[in-house]
Amino acid sequence: MERVAIIGVGQTKYERNKKGETFADLVFEVVTKALDDAGIAIEDIDNVVTVSNDFWDGRTISSMAVTDACGSYGKSVSTVEGDGTFGALYGLMRLLSGSFRSTLVVSHCKGSEGSNHFITNAIFNPIYERIIGLDSISSSALQARRYTEKYGITEEQCALVSVKNHKNALNNPFAQIAMDISAEDVMNSRMLSEPIKLFDSSPISDGACAIILADERMAKRVATSPVWVKGIGHSADAYNLGDRDLAEPAALIRAAQKAYNMAGIKEPYKEIDVAEIYDAFTYQELLWSEGLGFCERGKGGKLIESGETTMGGKLPINPSGGVLSAHPVLVAGLARIAEITIQLREEGNGRQVDGAKTGLAHGINGACGQAHCVWVLEN
Amino acid sequence: MSKQKYPLLTISSEIEQPYNYSLGRYGGRLLKELKHNKKIVGIKCPKCGHVYVPPRQVCGKCFVKMDEFAEISNKGNLESFTVVYFSFLDPETGQKRPVPYGYGRIKLDGADSGFLHFLEESDLKKLKIGMRVEAVFDENRTGNFKDIKYFKITKERNPS
Amino acid sequence: MGQRVAIVGTGQTDHKSSRKDVNGVELIQEATARALEDAGLRRQDIDAVVIGNMDHFEGINYVDMWSIDGNGGLHKPVMKVTTGGTTGTTVAIAGYYHVASGLFDTVLAIGWEKNSESDTTAAIITCADPFWERPTFGGAVAGLAGAACEYMHRYGITERDAALIAVRDRKNALKNPYAHLRKEITVEDVLNSPMLAYPIKLLDMCPRSDGACAIVFASEDKTKCITDKPAWVHQVSSRHNFTFFTDVERAGRMPTLYEACMDIYKNEGIKNPLHELDVVEMYVPSSFAGLVWIDALGVCDEGGAARLVSDGVTEMDGELPINPSGGVISTNCIGATGLIRVAEAAMQISGKAGEHQIDGAELALATGFGGCQWSDVLLIGSSKPN
Ligand SMILES: [Zn+2]
Repeated sequence: MERVAIIGVGQTKYERNKKGETFADLVFEVVTKALDDAGIAIEDIDNVVTVSNDFWDGRTISSMAVTDACGSYGKSVSTVEGDGTFGALYGLMRLLSGSFRSTLVVSHCKGSEGSNHFITNAIFNPIYERIIGLDSISSSALQARRYTEKYGITEEQCALVSVKNHKNALNNPFAQIAMDISAEDVMNSRMLSEPIKLFDSSPISDGACAIILADERMAKRVATSPVWVKGIGHSADAYNLGDRDLAEPAALIRAAQKAYNMAGIKEPYKEIDVAEIYDAFTYQELLWSEGLGFCERGKGGKLIESGETTMGGKLPINPSGGVLSAHPVLVAGLARIAEITIQLREEGNGRQVDGAKTGLAHGINGACGQAHCVWVLEN
Repeated sequence: MSKQKYPLLTISSEIEQPYNYSLGRYGGRLLKELKHNKKIVGIKCPKCGHVYVPPRQVCGKCFVKMDEFAEISNKGNLESFTVVYFSFLDPETGQKRPVPYGYGRIKLDGADSGFLHFLEESDLKKLKIGMRVEAVFDENRTGNFKDIKYFKITKERNPS
Repeated sequence: MGQRVAIVGTGQTDHKSSRKDVNGVELIQEATARALEDAGLRRQDIDAVVIGNMDHFEGINYVDMWSIDGNGGLHKPVMKVTTGGTTGTTVAIAGYYHVASGLFDTVLAIGWEKNSESDTTAAIITCADPFWERPTFGGAVAGLAGAACEYMHRYGITERDAALIAVRDRKNALKNPYAHLRKEITVEDVLNSPMLAYPIKLLDMCPRSDGACAIVFASEDKTKCITDKPAWVHQVSSRHNFTFFTDVERAGRMPTLYEACMDIYKNEGIKNPLHELDVVEMYVPSSFAGLVWIDALGVCDEGGAARLVSDGVTEMDGELPINPSGGVISTNCIGATGLIRVAEAAMQISGKAGEHQIDGAELALATGFGGCQWSDVLLIGSSKPN
């Protein structure tokens, strides 16, 4: 693969109800920040990939609403509907084709404007599944139940993810929910959909994120600390929940293997210094850690207990506070890439993992992580 | 399995998807002016000077932030129009939109972009591109786009 | 940098106003199976899938995930792209970049829509700004009507001039077994059909169809093993400049299509598109747009399209045949519509267009049109690109 670097990132603060800003305002904020971060002007960008979803935005052709704000006037532009990691992947492809030298990727979402229940209920089969009332929370509860029962993962082990990530969030100025809580607090929090409780869940969030990808020539010319893309992989699992063993992250294993092969990574737990992964619910950080090969199958609970994924551990996971601390859908995966970029530039301040050289960012699509996208980055 | 023929079925569902769209700081200003002062405001690009209505933060062409609001006339030229005869479901109300109705793209005096609104007239024979039109405000304004009821044809001559 | 890309297989469903015999996933499967068959490939040979539609037409969220059984993407990389009316061409362009990037060698690109499953106009209305545009906006018909009204006024074009486009496309559709509307019409038929939104009448306007289309894109190495008549992708370009309908610059040629075409001609070294292009598959949603878009191809002076059409230049036997397939006015399964243009352009280049084949076509242009003037353009040719 030709060398491509991330040369700029920008994020909004993630909040529950950004009433003062339209989608376009959020996009303009992060695009401006990413350009400033890269030290370039909009004229230096030659193509744009926006990320949005018509259901979340309550608008057909949702990307139309941000055309002015993303700076794509007169440029080649396209739209990915899905997590921001997939949008970034399309941006990467466009650079690798040799047709462009710099891609701006921007994702936005205002979870507070629509209804999470209705929007995520629309993911499910309209004839057989919607009527049950499935949504992102209740379907994930099925997955949590299956995973924890199959491998003997405890409620407390899941709670430890919440404790760790919400504490990490205290050091992230963009995070929405930052707090120092105990495992008991998590276990005593309100039950949403058994076994998922309030503090096991990510919040409803508004926000945007932008990154700028550049080919090697441009990256070397403009960036003082470019972060290089070493490997990527994406893969999808079956749609019907009944067609999957929800305790097995088959698609993630494939996606990760592809990214690792490309990056030449053989032992991810040893070779990766920091990871930002899509923990929409506490159990997901454990399950995805297994899928990413950070530990053996079924050992996600042991991994969190070991303390090696906390700050100062062998492989800190979600120093930013992760998705549990802010969950603008579609944006969240792109924010994972932005956070790893910040880590590899050693600009993480309070959330910096010392000496991070190789990082991993991860995003998901669909119900219960039906599809995954894995990025391996290096400074 | 028998060779019995099964009918082709469809299942109807009315999906409700409620949203609270933010107007933002720019659009909110226009609604406020409509409601309280019966005025239309736009916004001027500091770089190219283009005056946009409705107001928004970014001039897409120049990619700069705009903050100079500009008062715009309630009168303008009819740049294009149509009269809609076919009936369809209005996603905002869940009811059929009443037809026929006329609407047009109006270039308000003082603005460079167009403005979409209803026309009082829906008789095709009486509508012509280039006509002068004027906003007619509702007496009971609620801070809504429909605080302007429609645009009516005026006797003025098109100055251009 | 990058690798060459060719179209090595295409597949279309039997497009109809309502395909109640299949659900959406099965409809998609029909197109993918036909594309694979055309390429002589199996699902296992596919490295990645890219798919698109417009969510609000069927009310399915995360369609790329929902359709996995039909789109061939199980345990494979799958991505969704969508840009409104242009979705089909956007899918094609994404399929091209998947392969051009060197990350994948054989990619399935799918566009589909089951327009019978919702109120098309209601779903389109929500593309407009919720405060400033939705109250008046009457969907694609009304939006195109306003633009048509202005174009007629500016260039002295008549409803009769526009009707010729519908007559041409519907006549061509008689030769395309996949076309949805296959009945010849006359100018009088168009002029006498019910007025939908002035000046657009029923027969000026595209229908709404259920249908899907799939295309197999392959790298140069794979292409060699698959076919000796590949349709090479020479150039792709997209433009979308505006958020609000009322910002769209209406003076002169349709700006985004013109820009995208000029981008392509410049990169390909095309000086005289009228002579150098052999065939165009154009996303013509209404007869009036069929004139405006011709101006934007840069093949005549502004406002000159009507003359070109009445002179027969765009007929099957003219200098630049447009829409031998019958175009969008004959078939419009919206998320597939742009992809069908690309598939039909590729079929012309590979000599697979059957009765509607333009003899000796070596260079074909496919265009996509979408909300607030989204424009995608692809240039497909028989010679290997530089
Ligand atoms: Zn400007």
